[in-house]
Amino acid sequence: MTQRTATQEEAYLAASESFESNGASHDPAWARELRKDALDRFRELGFPTARRGNEEWKYTDVMPIARVPVRLGAADAAATVDAESVAQASLGAAQWPQLVFVNGRYSEALSSVDALPEGVTTVSLAEAMRSTPDLVQPHLARFAGYADNAFTALNTAFLHDGAFVHVARGLRVDDPIRLLFLSTGDGEETVAQPRVLIVAGEESSASVLEAYAGLSEGDHLTNAVTEIVVGAAARLDYYKVQRQPEQAYHVTNTHVAVERDSRFSSVNIDMGGRLTRNNLNLVTLDQDCSCYLTGFYMVTGRQHVDNQVIIDHAKPYTTSRELYKGILDGRSRSVFHGSIIVREGAVKVNANQVDKNLLLSDQAEADTKPAFWIYCDDVKCGHGAACGHMDPTALFYLRSRGLDERTARGLLTRAFLSEVIEGIANETLRGQIDGLVADTLREWLGDVG
Amino acid sequence: MTTTNQVVRDVAKQEYKYGFVTDVEQESAPPGLNEDTIRFISAKKNEPEWMLEWRMKAYHHFLSLLDGERLPGWANIHHPPVNFQDIIYYSAPKAKKELASLDEVDPEILSTYEKLGIPLQEQKRLAGVAVDAVFDSVSIATTFKEELAKHGIIFCSMSEAVQEHPDLVRKYIGSVVPHTDNFYAALNAAVFSDGSFCYIPKGVRCPMELTTYFRINSEGSGQFERTLIIADEGSYVSYLEGCSAPMRDENQLHAAVVELITLDNAEIKYSTIQNWYPGDDEGKGGIYNFVTKRGICQGRNSKISWTQVETGSAITWKYPSVILRGDDSIGEFYSVALTKAYQQADTGTKMIHLGKNTRSTIIAKGISAGHAQNTYRGLVRVMPRATNAWNFTQCDSLLLGDQCGAHTTPYVEVRNNSAHLEHEAFTSKVSEDQLFYCNQRGISIEDAHSLIINGFCKEVFKQLPLEFAVEATRLLEMNLEGTVG
Repeated sequence: MTQRTATQEEAYLAASESFESNGASHDPAWARELRKDALDRFRELGFPTARRGNEEWKYTDVMPIARVPVRLGAADAAATVDAESVAQASLGAAQWPQLVFVNGRYSEALSSVDALPEGVTTVSLAEAMRSTPDLVQPHLARFAGYADNAFTALNTAFLHDGAFVHVARGLRVDDPIRLLFLSTGDGEETVAQPRVLIVAGEESSASVLEAYAGLSEGDHLTNAVTEIVVGAAARLDYYKVQRQPEQAYHVTNTHVAVERDSRFSSVNIDMGGRLTRNNLNLVTLDQDCSCYLTGFYMVTGRQHVDNQVIIDHAKPYTTSRELYKGILDGRSRSVFHGSIIVREGAVKVNANQVDKNLLLSDQAEADTKPAFWIYCDDVKCGHGAACGHMDPTALFYLRSRGLDERTARGLLTRAFLSEVIEGIANETLRGQIDGLVADTLREWLGDVG
Repeated sequence: MTTTNQVVRDVAKQEYKYGFVTDVEQESAPPGLNEDTIRFISAKKNEPEWMLEWRMKAYHHFLSLLDGERLPGWANIHHPPVNFQDIIYYSAPKAKKELASLDEVDPEILSTYEKLGIPLQEQKRLAGVAVDAVFDSVSIATTFKEELAKHGIIFCSMSEAVQEHPDLVRKYIGSVVPHTDNFYAALNAAVFSDGSFCYIPKGVRCPMELTTYFRINSEGSGQFERTLIIADEGSYVSYLEGCSAPMRDENQLHAAVVELITLDNAEIKYSTIQNWYPGDDEGKGGIYNFVTKRGICQGRNSKISWTQVETGSAITWKYPSVILRGDDSIGEFYSVALTKAYQQADTGTKMIHLGKNTRSTIIAKGISAGHAQNTYRGLVRVMPRATNAWNFTQCDSLLLGDQCGAHTTPYVEVRNNSAHLEHEAFTSKVSEDQLFYCNQRGISIEDAHSLIINGFCKEVFKQLPLEFAVEATRLLEMNLEGTVG
C-alpha cells in the first residue's frame, strides 16, 4: 500500500459532481436539494481529524479513514456476486425477507422480498423516494442532523441508495426483515455510503437485522447512516451485526426517535473491521417509552472499535438500559463513550448504563467513558464500568473439575458475553450469534469444545 | 411536599459569613501582566536569579498559550473571558519593618483571622495546630515553627523557603506540575507570590497537623499561591488548607498550584476546606478558583490522600491528582462538592498508575441546589507497566431542586490486562421514602434533609482530621440552611 498523506475532502467534492449527473439525477428535487445542502456542510466541516481538543474522537484517529481513496461503488459490482456467497454472508433463516446491497448499491437480483406480508414496505431508498415520497420525506434526515457531524453530512451528500422499511399501523411482523450490506472489489478500496430509514407505524411490532460483511479483502470504507422512528405504542427490535474484513473501515451513525409508550431494543455486534466507529443516538419524543441498548465487540490483532451511545431523555417517565461488553485480544483497542442526558422537566427518568471489558491479552487497551448530563432532580440514574482480566479463581475452579485450560477460558469468555446474547429476542438469531462467538473463540484459543 | 420545596428553595439563600473586608494598608503592584510585573514580584521577594529565570520561562509559555488562544475550554463551566491585564498580581499588607514575631503583625489582620476562627495567637497552644496564614499575596505568620524545627521539619512560607532552603526548592518546584502543564499552571509559575513550603525529613512523623489559611482581601487582586510539600522516606504529615475572601461584585481569580512529593514509605494526607466567596444569589461576583493540585508517589509503598470539601467559589476548576510511580503506592481522593445559587463546579481527580501493585480509591459526592451546575470529571489511567493495578471509583450526585444540574464524566483507560477497575455512579434526589421514614419518626423535613445529606457525605467527612470534620459538617449545614430545613 502506498503511503497516503492527503485527506480526501476534495475527492469527495469532485465525486459528488459525477454522482449527481449519473443515476442520482432522477431523484426528486427535494432530495437533490438536501444533498446539495449536506455537501456544502461537509465542505465547511471537513473530516474531524484534529487530535487536540477533539473530544468526540478523543481515542480514535480519523486520519486513516479520511485518507481512504474515493472510489464509489459501481452499479455493476453486484454482477460479480453469486447467490451462494450472499447466502454465506447472511444471518437468519433463508425464508426471511432480505434486501442486498453491494458496495452500497442495491441489487434487486440478489434480494428476496416475496415473503413480506401486506402492509410492510421494504424497498430500496431510491425507489421509495420516487414512489412513496409522502412516507419518506417527513422522516428522512430529520433526526440524523448533519450540521456538526461530517460523516453524516457526507452520507447525506451522497444520499440515494439504501433501504426503506415501513411497517403499517397495528401490523405485527414476526420474521426479522434483513438488510445485508456487502463490500467487494478485487483487493481495491471502495467507498459505500448506504442510508437506511426504518419507520415502525403506531402499535406495530417488527424486527430489523442490519448486517455488514465483506466478500473480498481491501480497504473498504462504509459510512452508513440509519434513521429509525418508532411510532406510538410500537415495538421494534433492531440488530446490527458487523463482520467486515480486517482492513475495512466502518463508520455508522444511527439515530433513533421513539414515540409515546413505545419499546425499542438494539443489539450492536462488532466482530470485524480494522477501525469501527458506531454512533448510536436515541431521543425520547414522548413519555413512557423504554429502550434497551445492548451490544458486544470481540476484537483482536490491531482492530479498533469505538462505540458512542447517547441517550437523550427529553421527556419524563422514560426508561433506558444500556449494556455493552467487550472482549479484547491481541493489540486491539476498544472505546466506549456512553452519555445519558436528562433534560429539564424529564422527571422519573430511570436510566442505567454499563460497560464491561475483558482483556485477554496484555497488549490490548480499553478506554471507557460513561457520562451523565442531568438537568432534572427527580431521576434515578446509575452507571458502572469495569475492566479486568479473567478471574483466576474461576479458571482454577474449572481446571480443578478436569477442564483443560483452553476449554475453561472459552467457557468463561462465552459466559461473559451470555448476558448480552441471551437478550437477543429472536431464537434463530440468538443461536447463530452464539455460534459465531464460539467460532471466533475457537480461532483465538484453539478448539474450545 | 410544599415544605420540601420551601426547604430546597431556601438552600440557595444561605449567606456567606466571611465576606467582610479588612482595612489594612496595602502595598500592591499596578494591575497588569508584563515582564516588569514579574520582575517587581521577584524583586519584592528578593529572589535569586534562577527563580526569576524560572518565572520568565513560565511567563513566555503563558503568553504563547494566550496568543494561540489555547485556553482550557473543555470543562463544563461558563464565564466571560478573564482579562489578565486587569488583575493586580501582587498585593501585600504594607510592612512597616521586618517582623520579628507574631506580636508585630498588624492587629487588624490578626483580628481578621480571629473572625475566621483561625487560632493564630493565644489559642495556638491549645489548638496544637501549626498555621501558616497567607493574606492576599504574602504569608503573614507561621506558628509553631520552633516546635517543628526540633523534629527537623521545615514549615514556612514559600518566599522564606526560596531564601533559606534554595536547594530543596530548586530541586522540587515544578517537578510535579511543570509550568507547561496547563494554562493556569503557567500563569501561576510566572506570578506566584507566596504559599507554603513543607519538608518532613526521613522517618519523622509530624507531631501536629499543619495548616495554611488563605485569605484574599484587596479589591481587584488575584491570588496565586504555590504550595510544595515533600515527605522524605518513611515520614508522615497531615496538612490542612482553608480559604475565604470578602464579598465583592467583581470576579476575582485564584490560580494556585500545589505539589506533593512522597518518597519511599512516606505518606501525605492533604485536606482542603474551600470556602472562597461564591458570589451572591444572582450569581454576581465570587472567586474563580482555577487550581492545579497534583501529588507524585515517587517512592515505593508511599501514599497520597486528598480530601476536599468544596463549598465556595463562583467557579471551581480543580482536579487533585496522584501519579502512582512507586511500586505498591496508594492514591486516594475523597471529595464533597456543594454548589448552590449560580455556582459552577467542574472537579474530580486523575489517578495515573505507573508502578506495579498500585492502588487508588476515588469517592466523590456532588450536591447541587439552586441553579448550580456540578460536574465530576475523573481519569483513571493504567499504563502498560502497571501490573496488578487496582481502582475503585464511586461518584454520586444528589440534586436538590429542579433548576440545577449534576454531571458525571469519568474516563477510564486501561492498558494492562491485569488491572482491576470498578466504577460506579448514581444520581438522584433525596429519596422520598427516606424523607417519609424520618417524618413519621417525628423528624422534621429540614432535619431529615440534613441527616440524609450528612449521611451521603459521611464517607468523605470521616477522612478529615477531627477538627476539620466538625467544621466541614457545620459548613455544609450552614450552606444548606434554608435550602433544607
